[in-house]
Amino acid sequence: MTDIIRLTAAQTAEKIASGELTAVEVTEAHLARIEAVDEKVHAFLHVDREGALEQARAVDAKRAAGEPLGPLAGVPLALKDIFTTEGVPTTVGSKILEGWIPPYDATVTKRLKAADVVILGKTNMDEFAMGSSTENSAYGPTGNPWDLTRIPGGSGGGSAAALASYQAPLAIGTDTGGSIRQPAAVTATVGVKPTYGGVSRYGMVAFSSSLDQGGPCARTVLDAALLHEVIAGHDPLDSTSIDAPVPPVVEAARNGNVAGLRVGVVKEFGGEGYQAGVVQRFTESVELLRDLGAEIVEISCPSFTYALAAYYLIAPSECSSNLARFDAMRYGLRVGDDGTKSAEDVTALTRDAGFGPEVKRRIMLGTYALSSGYYDAYYGSAQKVRTLITRDFEKAFESVDVIVSPTTPTTAFPIGERADDPMAMYLADLCTIPANLAGNAAMSLPCGLAPEDGLPVGLQIIAPALKDDRLYRVGAAVEAAFVSKWGHPLLEEAPQL
Amino acid sequence: MPGITREEVAHLGKLARLELSADELDHFAGQLDDIIGAVARVSEVSGEDVPPTSHPLPLTNVMRPDEVRPSLTPEQALSGAPAQEQQRFKVPQILGEE
Repeated sequence: MTDIIRLTAAQTAEKIASGELTAVEVTEAHLARIEAVDEKVHAFLHVDREGALEQARAVDAKRAAGEPLGPLAGVPLALKDIFTTEGVPTTVGSKILEGWIPPYDATVTKRLKAADVVILGKTNMDEFAMGSSTENSAYGPTGNPWDLTRIPGGSGGGSAAALASYQAPLAIGTDTGGSIRQPAAVTATVGVKPTYGGVSRYGMVAFSSSLDQGGPCARTVLDAALLHEVIAGHDPLDSTSIDAPVPPVVEAARNGNVAGLRVGVVKEFGGEGYQAGVVQRFTESVELLRDLGAEIVEISCPSFTYALAAYYLIAPSECSSNLARFDAMRYGLRVGDDGTKSAEDVTALTRDAGFGPEVKRRIMLGTYALSSGYYDAYYGSAQKVRTLITRDFEKAFESVDVIVSPTTPTTAFPIGERADDPMAMYLADLCTIPANLAGNAAMSLPCGLAPEDGLPVGLQIIAPALKDDRLYRVGAAVEAAFVSKWGHPLLEEAPQL
Repeated sequence: MPGITREEVAHLGKLARLELSADELDHFAGQLDDIIGAVARVSEVSGEDVPPTSHPLPLTNVMRPDEVRPSLTPEQALSGAPAQEQQRFKVPQILGEE
């Protein structure tokens, strides 16, 4: 049993295809693991035991009938609870959608099912994907498998924790300001934010529509690439879905190489607020890239220092508009409808009861930034900063092929430490936000443990839009070099649960 | 830049359809003031010569032929409704009694 859950997704698929393992065996092993450890970790909000086994049986039947199997057929996956799943609860970590059973599948859900990926259940997250710790979930926090008293990152902490505790070899996240990459960094897993528009947003509950992007989470770079190819590609149901071929990410992940590649190190990603051990592991990663034949180029992106401020105006503004749909009329919670109150009062009572503090803060912040008299100074200025950041990237990518940085300024902090200090919490996204504002592709992968606390550090790689394959080419080379240096994947150093 | 007062938070709550409690008003006023103070620095670099960016992609309207296609049944569409009547969403009163 233990062996099955520690396989990579690629190995698992191979063993199912060859008949060495059945999909049902693999699914049962993971369900047993969830049963054994998730009470402690709390990665899942909902486990769809029957649905998963049914999907697994279908894969085994297909194989028995000699039908061709896809590259991830029968491999279990943990799906962030922001994607709609027909017949299976979808809460987005919020009380306002408690008990809601969507009548349709998100495009990502549909593609996973079509690829015979087995969906084990739905993972915990900060409410409406707003947060960097998963503490904003209405259903309680998730523990970091490296230290259960610490945060697993957010908003996709459940997905990252499920991977790091071997409850699933694959997961899906969404990344608006770092919600795939930051959880990956603090749990020693791999997470990719594809180019904006690379993965359909249809059926993905909207937070900030110009920034939200779904993407793959895994324990290895190759597994992330295999999943990337399953979920990416044009979708007529999403008007912002890019109508272009999916970049060759799997081929890139199988051919890791950085020889001759120009790697940019951004001067502005560093300094105050960065933990010493994070800086140390990042510096070593840059040296490793140089040893592997990359050319290191120091670059400056002066507008990046304004990215956090711009993000915390743009994302709340879009959220205040997007979340207006939660009006207690067509689905979700309804509070106070006693026959005497108006629809407007019922809406306001429901929203106060159904949304948590961070969601309310952001709705009000966005309402403020968009209101007459303040629009130009706040939302308008933030949009201009977005232009400047995009220009900084464009200029940088004239002289480098990819940019690297620490994924997060610090390792995982203790649960509770920043829970009611929004500005401190927002700093966790310092390095991840610029790529969202510009729509670039970015990855986080493990680059060591910080010496002072023994917790994982993530290396971020950023590539231009539509060049997602570069992330995988670089990521695979770095991963192979580190694993050979460490003698094993970093995650093997995590404590037994 | 002006600070955010408790009264302003109450006004924002009203605009955003959030029936905030007195405790929430006190708590959020300080926090929103801190956040607004920190994010206001975007105006330092937003000169008139810089065009705004609202989206990472050039957005265009996406059209499809106007054809009848399968869609949710009325039962499916109403399956999450807090209240329903005669195949419709049932809502609290929208207009006054008069």
